[in-house]
Amino acid sequence: MAISNQANTNVPDHIEVSRSMPTLWRIVNLILLFFFAFLMIIPFVWLVSSSFKTQNQIFTYPPEWIPAPFQPENYINALTYKPFHLYFKNTMIIVISNILAVVFSSSFVAYGFARIRFPGRDFWFGVVLATLFLPQAILIVPNFMIFAKLGWIDTFYPLTVPMFFGGGAFNIFLLRQFFRTIPEELADAARLDGCTEFGVYWRIMMPLAKPALITVAIFAFLNAWNDLLGPITYLRSTSNHTIAMGLASFTSQMDISWDLQLAASTAMTVPVIILFFFAQRYFIQGIVMTGLKG
Amino acid sequence: MTNPTVKRKRSPASGLFEWYSNLSLKTRRTIMGYIFIMPFILGFILWFLGPALVAGWLTVHRWNLLTPPRYIGFDNFERLINDELFYKSLKATFIYTITSVPLGLIFAFFLAALINTKIKGISIFRTIYYLPTIVPFVASAILWAWLLNTEFGLINAALRAMGGPKIAWLQEPGWAMASFVIMSVWAVGGPMIIFLAGLQGIPEVYYEAAEIDGAGQWAKLRHVTLPLMSPIIFFNLVIGIIGAAQEFVRAYLITGGGPENSTLFLVLYIYRTAFQSTRMGYAAVLSWVLFIILMALSFIVFRLLGSRVYYENPGD
Repeated sequence: MAISNQANTNVPDHIEVSRSMPTLWRIVNLILLFFFAFLMIIPFVWLVSSSFKTQNQIFTYPPEWIPAPFQPENYINALTYKPFHLYFKNTMIIVISNILAVVFSSSFVAYGFARIRFPGRDFWFGVVLATLFLPQAILIVPNFMIFAKLGWIDTFYPLTVPMFFGGGAFNIFLLRQFFRTIPEELADAARLDGCTEFGVYWRIMMPLAKPALITVAIFAFLNAWNDLLGPITYLRSTSNHTIAMGLASFTSQMDISWDLQLAASTAMTVPVIILFFFAQRYFIQGIVMTGLKG
Repeated sequence: MTNPTVKRKRSPASGLFEWYSNLSLKTRRTIMGYIFIMPFILGFILWFLGPALVAGWLTVHRWNLLTPPRYIGFDNFERLINDELFYKSLKATFIYTITSVPLGLIFAFFLAALINTKIKGISIFRTIYYLPTIVPFVASAILWAWLLNTEFGLINAALRAMGGPKIAWLQEPGWAMASFVIMSVWAVGGPMIIFLAGLQGIPEVYYEAAEIDGAGQWAKLRHVTLPLMSPIIFFNLVIGIIGAAQEFVRAYLITGGGPENSTLFLVLYIYRTAFQSTRMGYAAVLSWVLFIILMALSFIVFRLLGSRVYYENPGD
C-alpha cells in the first residue's frame, strides 16, 4: 500500500484491463454504464423538476420535465414554513462538534493503535473492530436512560459528547491504517531530537495524515447532517430541532403539499452534493486507502 | 519502534516526570499506549458496556419515562412470546434482509466491475453511482415516496407508458416490501466503492497468467476475481446484514410500518415501543432480541462462509 506518496495526486481510475478486452465487450460495457447512470440520476432530475412545480403541475400525466410556469417560490415557502434558519444553526453545532471529535479523538486513539507496541493492544483493537459490527440501534433504549439520568435529554450533548470518546470504530480503523503507511523513520528522527510521543503524534503524524483526516471529517459531516434517529430520540423542544427533523416533520403533516416537501428535500440535499463534488476524491480514496487489510 | 526514547531531564521536572523517566522503556511504552487509546476504552465502557448492562437490567423492569422503573420479573418476556407485532416485525426484518442484502451486493459488484474500466471520464460515472448513497435519508425517503406514488409517481408513469400495470407500491404489503428492497438497491455506493478498491488491488499478472492458461472472461471471474475478492465480499455481506437489520428512517417516514405492519421493521418497532408506547423495559427486551439475532446470523455466516474466504497473507 504505497499510500502516502499518492495521497495528494489522483488515484488511477482504472486498472489495465482494456488490453485484453474485446471491442464488443467494451461497447456493451459503455452502454451499461450509461444505462445505469441514467437510472441513478433520473430520480434527482425528477426531484429538482418537481420542486419547481405548482400544485397543479405536480399532479399531471404525462409528467412535465421542465415546469412552466416555473415556481421558485416553493423554496421560500418551504424554508419559512418551519424555522429552518434555526434548524440549520442547531445542525451546524452538532456537525462541527462531531467533526472536531472525529478529527482529534479518532486520530489520537488511532495513533496509539498504529504506532505504539504495548501489551493488550491487539485485544483492544479487536474490541474496536467488534464495535464496528455492533448494531448501534440496539443501544438507543439504554442510552436514553443513561442520558436521562445525566439530565441531557433535549440538549445536544447525547449527539456530540460520546463522539469525543474515540469518534467511532470506523474512523479509528481508517486512520490507524493510514498512520501505518507513514515511514517509522520520520517518527524515530523526531524522537531522537527529543520529541515526546505526543509531539510525534501532533507535529509529525497529524500534518501528514491530512488527506485521511479530511476523509473522516467528511464522513462525520454526512453522518451528523443526515442523522434522524439520534435527534428524534433526544431532542424535544422545537427550538432544538435539526434540519433532518424539520424535513421529517413535513411527512407527518397532511397539510404540507408535495411541492414544498420536494423543495425542502432538494434544499437539504444540495449542500451534500456540492460537498461531494468538491471533495469526491476523499470519499473514494478514503476507502481505497484503507484497503480493508492489515 | 526499536530505538529507546531518550528523555533528557528538564529543569522544572516534576515528581511525576521524574518517576516516569526512570521507568523501563517497555513500561513507558505501555503507559503511553494506554494514554492514547484511553478515550476509546472510556467510550466503550460508557456507551457500549454500560448501556448493555442497563439494557439487561431494564428487561425485568417496567418504565414509562414518567414514574420510576419498577421490578416486574419476567413479564416483559411473557409479553414477547405472545406479541403478534413482534413476530410481524421479525418477519419483515428477515424478509427484507435476505432479499435486499444479496441483491444489493450483486448489484454493487456488478457496478464496481462496470466502473473498473479504462474509459475517459469514468470518474463521472463513479460519482453518479455513488450519489444516491450520500443523499440524506430523510430527503431520499420523501423523494421515493413521491416516485412510488400510485397516481402521480414517476415509476407508475413509466410503467403506464410501457403498457404496464398500475401498482399500488406503498399500499399493498408485498409491493411495499419490494419498494424497500428497490430503495436499498438504488443506494449501494458504499459496498460498490469497497468492491472497486478490491478489484483495483488485484495484480494484473494474475489475469495474464490465467489468459496464458486459456481462461475466458467467465473463468477469470470465477477462478481469479472471486477468490481474491472473497474477504471483501464477506466483509460487505456482514456489514450489509447489520445495516439491513437496522432499517429505520425510510420505514418511519414513508410507510410508518404499514400496510398491515408489513414494513414494521424491528428497529422501528423498538423505537415505537420505547418512545410512543413508552414501554422502555419491553423495548430493552426487543433490543436484546435484535442483538442476539444479529450475533447468531453473523455466527452462521462465519461458519458457512468463513472457511471459504481466501486470505492472501494469513496472519498478517
